[in-house]
Parts: sequence; C-alpha cells; structure tokens
Amino acid sequence: MLKYLAARILYTLPVAFGVSVVCFMLVHIAPGDPLTSILPPDASAQLQQEMRALYGFDRPLPVQYGIWLLKVLQGDFGTSIATGRPVATELGRALGNTFILAVVATLIGFLLGSLFGFVAGYFRDSWIDKVASFISIIGVSVPHYWLGMVLVIIFSVQLNWLPATGAGPGGSGDWAWDWAHIRHLILPAITMSVIPMGIVARTVRALVADILSQEFVSGLRAKGLMDVGVFRHVVKNAAPTALAVMGLQLGYLLGGSILIETVFSWPGTGFLLGQAIFQRDLPLLQGAILVLAMVFVVLNLLVDIVQSLIDPRVQRT
Amino acid sequence: MKVTSLAFAAALAGSLFSQSALAQGTLRIAMTASDVPLTTGQPDQGGEGQRFMGLTVYDALVHWDLTRSDRPSTLIPGLSEGWSVDASDKTKWTFRIRPGVKFHDGSELTAEAVAWNFDKLLKQDAPQFDQRQAAQGRSRIPAIASYRAVDKLTLEIVTRTPDATLPYQLAWIGISSPAQWEKVGRNWQEFAKTPSGTGPWRLVGLTPRERAEMVPNKDYWDKTRVPKLDRLVLIPMPETNTRIAALRSGQVDWIEAPAPDAVPSLRTAGYQIVSNAYPHNWTWHFSRVDGSPWNDIRVRRAANLAVDREGLKELLGGLMIPAEGFMPPGHQWFGKPSFKVTRDLAHARQLMAEAGYTPAKPLQTKILISPSGSGQMQPLAMNEFVQQNLAEAGIKIDFEVVEWNTLINIWRAGARHETSRGATGMNYSYFIQDPFTGFIRHLQCDLQPPAGTNWGHYCDPEMDKLFNAIRNTFDPVEQQKVLEAVHEKYVNDALFLMVTHDVNARAMSGKVRGFVQAQNWFQDFSTITMAP
Repeated sequence: MLKYLAARILYTLPVAFGVSVVCFMLVHIAPGDPLTSILPPDASAQLQQEMRALYGFDRPLPVQYGIWLLKVLQGDFGTSIATGRPVATELGRALGNTFILAVVATLIGFLLGSLFGFVAGYFRDSWIDKVASFISIIGVSVPHYWLGMVLVIIFSVQLNWLPATGAGPGGSGDWAWDWAHIRHLILPAITMSVIPMGIVARTVRALVADILSQEFVSGLRAKGLMDVGVFRHVVKNAAPTALAVMGLQLGYLLGGSILIETVFSWPGTGFLLGQAIFQRDLPLLQGAILVLAMVFVVLNLLVDIVQSLIDPRVQRT
Repeated sequence: MKVTSLAFAAALAGSLFSQSALAQGTLRIAMTASDVPLTTGQPDQGGEGQRFMGLTVYDALVHWDLTRSDRPSTLIPGLSEGWSVDASDKTKWTFRIRPGVKFHDGSELTAEAVAWNFDKLLKQDAPQFDQRQAAQGRSRIPAIASYRAVDKLTLEIVTRTPDATLPYQLAWIGISSPAQWEKVGRNWQEFAKTPSGTGPWRLVGLTPRERAEMVPNKDYWDKTRVPKLDRLVLIPMPETNTRIAALRSGQVDWIEAPAPDAVPSLRTAGYQIVSNAYPHNWTWHFSRVDGSPWNDIRVRRAANLAVDREGLKELLGGLMIPAEGFMPPGHQWFGKPSFKVTRDLAHARQLMAEAGYTPAKPLQTKILISPSGSGQMQPLAMNEFVQQNLAEAGIKIDFEVVEWNTLINIWRAGARHETSRGATGMNYSYFIQDPFTGFIRHLQCDLQPPAGTNWGHYCDPEMDKLFNAIRNTFDPVEQQKVLEAVHEKYVNDALFLMVTHDVNARAMSGKVRGFVQAQNWFQDFSTITMAP
C-alpha cells in the first residue's frame, strides 16, 4: 500500500509539470493583452509597451515561464495584475468559498443521486425506474446556469424567500454556518448539485442492475435473505464505484463553475477564473489553473486510496 | 405615573425624531465592475471606478460640478481653491491649495502632499511610486513636465508646452494621504485596506471582489457635500441578470446599467429608471489611410444621412439619445454646425451617386465590431441595424467581429497596423468629457499610433491649428468658442459616423431619494437619502 502511495505521488510530479507547461502556454496563446485590466482604455500603444516592459511581458516566453516556475516552486504564485494582490491570497479565499459550495452540492448530489439510482436499479423497468431515470436525465441535460436563473426568479424575485446573490449578508469574509449565511448557499448549491446528482444516479442504477443480475444475489435470496439484507450487499458492492464517481464530481465542482458562480455572484474559483479570463490576468489564470489541476490530481489519489480501503478486491501493489 | 408616561413618550418621540433626522439609511449599489475598484487613490475600472472609488474617498485639485442635471457639468475648484497661469510664461501654473483640509487619518493637506502624489504616479525612483496607480494616472496628465511645492499652500506645475486643458487633466488625479502611507509601513497593498483621502466618504470595510463599505466623512471641507446616508455599500456584480435579480429580491437598492429589455418590467414593478445625457458617444471611427473610401466627404456624409436613429432608439427601448453631432445635443461645445446629422436617404443616395457608387456598383467595405464591451451598448444588434440602413444608401458593410479587449488593442495599434485586417472603420464608443478625450486624442496629427489613439491616422493642419488654439486659449469664454469651432468641423466634415449617445441608465428602488443625475460620467452620492 505504501509503495503504491509513493508511486502515485511520484506520478503526480510529471503531471504537475505538464499541467504547468500547458496552462502557461494556453493563457499566452489566447488573444488579448494582460495589461488590459490595468491600463485605462485610452492609453496609447506606446504606454502599453512601456508598461509591458515594467511587468516583464516583453521577455521571451521560455524566460517568462522559467521565472514563473522558479517562483511557483518556492510557493510564490506571483501577484494578480488586475488587483495587485498575491495570487495565493486570491486563490485561497476563492477555494475556501468554492469548497463550502462544492461539498454541500456534492452531498446533495450524492444523496439524491444514490437514492434515485438505487430505486431505479432495484425496480428496473417499473414506473419508479422511469420516474427516477427521467429525473437523473433532466439533471444531466438541463443547462445549470439556466436552472440557476429559474430558481432565482422563483425563490428570490417572486417569492422573496432566499437571496439571489452573494455568499452572506456581509460577504464571504465572515462566513458562518448560521441561517443568515446558509440561505445564501441554498440556491447555488442546489443548482450545482444537479449534474452530479444525475451522473451518480445513472451510475448507481447501472451498478445496482448489474449486481442484482449476478449469481451471488440469487444465492443470497436462495439462502432466504430478505430484501433489506440483499440491499445491504448491493450497497456494499456498488459503493466503491459510486464513491469514485462522487470523488471525481467533487473534483469538478472544486474547480468551481464559472457560470453558476457568476449567476449567483458566489466568490469562488469559478467566479475568479471567469474574471481572470476576461481581464487577461495571466498570473492569476496560471496560478488558478495549476492549483485546481493539482486539487483534481490529489482528489483522484484520495479516491483511489479510499476505494482500495473499502473494497479489499481492489488491491494495488 | 402620568409624568413618567409623558416623559417616556417625549423621550421616545425625541429618539424617533433624532433617528429620522440623523439616520438616513444604507444605500447598496450593484456595480457592473467585477471587483471593487482600486482603493489607493487612482482607481482602475475606468469611469465606473472613478465614480465609485475615486470621487467618493478622494478629492482632486479640480472637481466636476455634479449638482445639476439640466446642463453638462463644468469644472469647479476642488482641493485647489483657485489657479492661475503665469502671464509671461504660459507653461507655469500656480494652484492655491485649500487651507484647513484634513485627510481621513487626521493629517493635513499641503502643497507638499500634492507634489508627493504626483511623484507617486510619475517619478519611478520615488519610494511612494506605485506601478498600479501609475498605469491608471500617467496617461491622464500628459501635459505635466514638473511640479513643486512653493510653500505650504502653493503648488507650481510646469507643463511641457502651453496647455489650457491642464485643469481637466487634474480632475482625474485623486490625492492620497502621505501620512497614512507612512503609517501602514510604506506599503500600497496595506494602504488599499485602510485608505485615506480627503473625500466625502471614508472606506471602512473592504472584501476584495465582494464589497466595499463607506461611511460619511462628517468633517468634509465642503459642508454641502457631507453625505446624508449612514452607509454606502458597493457590490461588484458584472452579470446583468444577476444585478436585476439582486435588485428585485431587495438585496441591493440600485443597479448600474440595467439591460434595456428589462427596463419595462422594472418600471412596471415600481422601480425608478434614472437616466440622463452624458458625454458618451457610439460611433464608427473611420480610417483615413490611403485607399479608404471614407476619405471622400460625400461618402462620410451619405453614411451619416442614411442612419435611422429614431428606429435605433425604438430598438433600444428609448434608452439612447440620437446623435446630432459628435457631442450630445445641447452640449456647451456643440456650436452651430451647418451639416445636419439626420436621416435623409434621398440625399444620401445622391451623394453616393456623385461619389461614383450606384446600386449596381455599391461601396463595399469592412468594419471592425465587438460583440460586447464597456460603453458599447448592444453592439451586435445596433451594428446590424446600421448595416441595413447603410445598405439602403448603397454602402455594403461586412463586419469583422473581434472580442472587445482585442478591439481595444487594434484601436491602439492604428488602422495601418496589420491587426486592423484591412478594415476601414471601427465601432467604438467614446468617453468625451474634456477637450482631450472629447476631441484632440482622436484626430491630432502627432497622436497617430503608437504615440496616441488617433486610430484612423487622420491629419488635417486646419484641425491641428484648432487643437493648438484650445491648448493656448486660457480664457474660458474664448476657449469655449474654439471648442465650438472644433465640434462644428467634426460635424461638417462628418469625420465619424455619428450614431447615438448612451443615457447612463440605472435602476433603483423607490426608497432611493434625492439623487441628482449629473450629465457626467461621475456622480455625487452625498445628496441621497433612503426612505424608511
């Protein structure tokens, strides 16, 4: 197990290097100017060139990359061009906010997805299966930003029950798990949970249907096990794969959703990335993509470990 | 018992009265910006940044008069109570610094402090030089060659050449507190968290990308501008629908730039839609390089006569002012142009025929446009509308759509640059609030790229002579006449496709009272109160 863990950690190094090269090159290939956000629109091309030199953007790309990588290895992600604040600070704050949203959305998605999946799989081809499958297909198919706007119109604008935007009455700086803050979380979390709910439901349905058709289930029934007992065995068998799917979904959600976080003005990584893209804030964009990619890699690793702990058959050597 | 009750009632009434007299509520504004504008004195985020973070926390030496909504704003004394230019040397200006003004940290405003602020923007080896503020401020004060504090309350500024537009340039420069900068460890990043200016509002809370909170500066030097509200909250909210939802769910009281198609429903729901003319225009900037069809005045005039501005107004739900010139109608520099910018299709067709174009052989050319962008209004729909109008006069337009930030860079690079992709025009909206941004920068010969932003490479000695006259006419009345002459030439020569002016619409709850929307990019929030 330890050897496996060490190998997996070592594998992350070339992945991280590859990600760093790709994200650095991608953000530089994209059209636009990194100084757009800090120069007034009427600044001349001459002033633009002067500022470009001041910020070091006039150097060859490999040199810029080398300097950036050296700093990143020392834990310095640089400074956001648009805000002048350290990228690490910006990212830390946004990751914290997205973490709250993603975890809650994953929990909702996993619980509902598992419920619909199990029910659909257990009662395959019945009307219950059709209803549950319909809900999961809707979850995967509906554009979530559209759903977010519809929820806002219903629950914020029309009914005035829940706030439409923000991460708390005074912003995210003083986040607390009280009603004043949680009510800000409800709509974005529900919107964000819809896709993982659909994916988990479809996966679990297929798993349950497959497990139920296996011989050991017939064996269990032949031994006189009641439905509840059989159900326990099915859950145990389906759990590793379902957990793996959930882990991947959590990874996606931790990357933030640019659209959902923009619709709800939720100050997370998606919102941050969206703004960094529009402002051509290269240091922020590079730092954010790298950190999010690494979060994803680490989550994958954790899921593998948890999977192997839950299911002894998944032995890694 | 009776006495006690009466005393209690009196105390209650007194307390209620004092609350209504003092407590004027909190105003929450959703800005279109994606972040709280830079708080150190020279805000980013363009005109919106200056509106919300520049002229609230800070003052400039020269202010815009924002008290009237019925006429365009003019300059008035700010932190300088008066200024004069040396009669024998027109490059030498003297600014008298207003006595008794205190920064929010309690330190005193002096001429030395103002000079320190210019160093912050212009002197790269000064300890207080700030790259971020310099990026914003340097291009605003191109005239300044040097400056010095003559005594505690006298500042001398020397310009590179005689330049009567200096006061307009200085209206951009916010004065930060040197004492506060020292106090926070000579660090602008720290200063940004606890900034100190002399403005009518003090910043008391800042959550980056989420909100800024301000309270009144009760000791503000201009007693007519001491804010009446208890608190002003600024919330960045770049997405239009999110702003509307926030307003309609009661999370904010005021939103900037509601989408035109949302305005009728907001009105029906009882929200106030406030708008006014202001110095903005939405144009097509013509290329004047060799081979451009716009070098022919008949073609330029024909295009201007082909545009159906009333139809466009209908398309925008009434939220525009049809152009009659480069400046909005009624502007003090409008003058009396002889060419009438109106819809006259027959005349347009005749001019095109005279220029050698017929329905069988129409003029075909390419225009650069963007799908969105600050101040660009609804560029796709509007450009397609204009495209149809021009086609009726025999001008067939092909669009090259580029992303807004790319368009800005093409605009900086000039029409001759390869990035302009052979286009002979560009849809661009302009901030036209002062002589430089309004006129000079677009058309002065030596401001062709890369030195400036004369994108079309226009050069006319006669126009340059007028620009020099603006800079060398120090008497405001005489300068006004020159500015009128410049505008008349802009219109008579049809130097741009003059289409429309935005109206700076904002939507607000019925509780917002006392707001006077000045004909300016900037606004004063001091007069506002919130109804209970």
